[in-house]
Amino acid sequence: MGSISITSVTKRFQAGDSAVTALDDVNVTVQEKEFVTLVGASGCGKSTLLNLIAGFEMPTVGQIVVDGQSVKGPGPDRGVVFQQTALFPWLSVEDNIAFGLSLRANRGKGDRQHVVERMLQRTGLSAFRNRRPAELSGGMRQRAAIASVLAINPSILLMDEPFGALDSLTRSLMQDFLLEIWEEQRKTVVLVTHDIDEAIYLADKAVVMTAHPGRIREVIEINLPRPRRYEMRSESAFIKLRDHVTAFVRTEAMKGTTPPTRPSTEERESMEHVVH
Amino acid sequence: MLQQTKSAEFQSSAVTKPGNQWRRTSKVLQYVIFPGTIILLWQIFSVIGFVRRNVFPPPTEVLSVWYDLITGATDIAGRYSGTWLDHAWASTWRVFAGFSWGVALGIFVGLLIGLSKVMERVLDPTIQVFRNIPVTAWVPLSLIFFGIGNAPAVFMIGLGAFFPAAINTTHGVRQINITLYKAAKMMGANDQELLSRVILPAALPSILTGVRLSMGIAWVLVVVAEILAVRSGLGYLLNDAYLFYRNDVVIAAMLSIGLLGFLSDRLVVIVRDIVLTWNEKETFGGEH
Repeated sequence: MGSISITSVTKRFQAGDSAVTALDDVNVTVQEKEFVTLVGASGCGKSTLLNLIAGFEMPTVGQIVVDGQSVKGPGPDRGVVFQQTALFPWLSVEDNIAFGLSLRANRGKGDRQHVVERMLQRTGLSAFRNRRPAELSGGMRQRAAIASVLAINPSILLMDEPFGALDSLTRSLMQDFLLEIWEEQRKTVVLVTHDIDEAIYLADKAVVMTAHPGRIREVIEINLPRPRRYEMRSESAFIKLRDHVTAFVRTEAMKGTTPPTRPSTEERESMEHVVH
Repeated sequence: MLQQTKSAEFQSSAVTKPGNQWRRTSKVLQYVIFPGTIILLWQIFSVIGFVRRNVFPPPTEVLSVWYDLITGATDIAGRYSGTWLDHAWASTWRVFAGFSWGVALGIFVGLLIGLSKVMERVLDPTIQVFRNIPVTAWVPLSLIFFGIGNAPAVFMIGLGAFFPAAINTTHGVRQINITLYKAAKMMGANDQELLSRVILPAALPSILTGVRLSMGIAWVLVVVAEILAVRSGLGYLLNDAYLFYRNDVVIAAMLSIGLLGFLSDRLVVIVRDIVLTWNEKETFGGEH
């Protein structure tokens, strides 16, 4: 459970009269239980690719297959952790974690109280169970958001710059927290980031993307030993990988500063878009 | 955040210390000083005889006539003596009857427009045009259709209450954080669950803002309707007393309307505060 195959996927967005090609002929395979990071400068279509796997958008050309099934829309087999934490502000931490399991679609997916208890403990939020999201720190909020997604036990975890809004110290703690969870539960993870260190530190496989149009530049196997430790970042193997990836991403980012800016796909989305 | 909550608790316990008596007194003063000054100036103004007393009676006279209006004990209010409760009840009943149907329909239509592009194209232009017709302009037609009585009053009040409820509901639905909607959908929420567990609670702050505006408009319109279309209620009392040159009764009726409107507004606010405990944490609503 949890394999993803992306075959010659192209995604175009209509922007007025002209079409913007966000992704151009992308091919990626993600094995079961693999940790894959998508890294690249902003505008390279990495978030678009994640949205396609999640089923929030459909490819213009090509196909995305998850566990032998073509993706038709979002579903609880693919849990998404958003950059802007998706916690319901009117619910307590506890109720947020229980939300997914209380839906009709997930009935019989396990004892809700038991799962919530375990998630609270695992994320260290037991003492804050009755707090509202607004009363939590950024790191706690993102942990609660991850817990609420893990509660429905998806086989794939899709993460869109989940730690992008956190300060660097909290971010590195969250990375280790995520790795711990992953070692325990061994889900397939696809994580989008523009942080090169993060992309290497977490991944089995880092997919480096280039922009305008979004293409896959290189797929790098990260053969650093697991479990990963923070100190590895200063080891020569890590530094070598980082220099390698940085070279690609930097030249891309510099190119990206010259052409006229285009509206990002995320910004153009709106309520109307989804609710037809 | 944690730290802040703690220090806030500390502060509030400090306020109740006997040493801070002055602070409490000054707080009460802040509430009293403005209305107190107005009443005082009013009293002085009338007693000096700047304006004739029966044209602009002082607050003391208004209070005693108000007392008689309610109790019928002193007969100062003459033909209106002891009628206050009936009038107040008539107005309140009309306000809530009109408010209920207007707000219910408003929220329903607002949801339709907010959720569906098709319904927006079908309904919104008409609503935007009708919204710009003052409800008072509906007086002739409502009288022709409904005759004299409660019906035209309840109709006009509901019409007035409809628009703020509808427009704020639409706005509330549109500004829902798309990430929450996507997250619920990703977890497998069906349409009914999306509506009841994501869209409605997320839109609730805005909906209740609309409801509050609707309540305010309802009290404006009940007076208009009672002056023109019915022979009971505080608006009727006000107009009738005006015709009989009883300005003390007019002012008492005015203040009664203000007071009942204020109480109705408090009711909405109380309901809102019970339902929306989560909302204030993220808004500029605290201490200044």
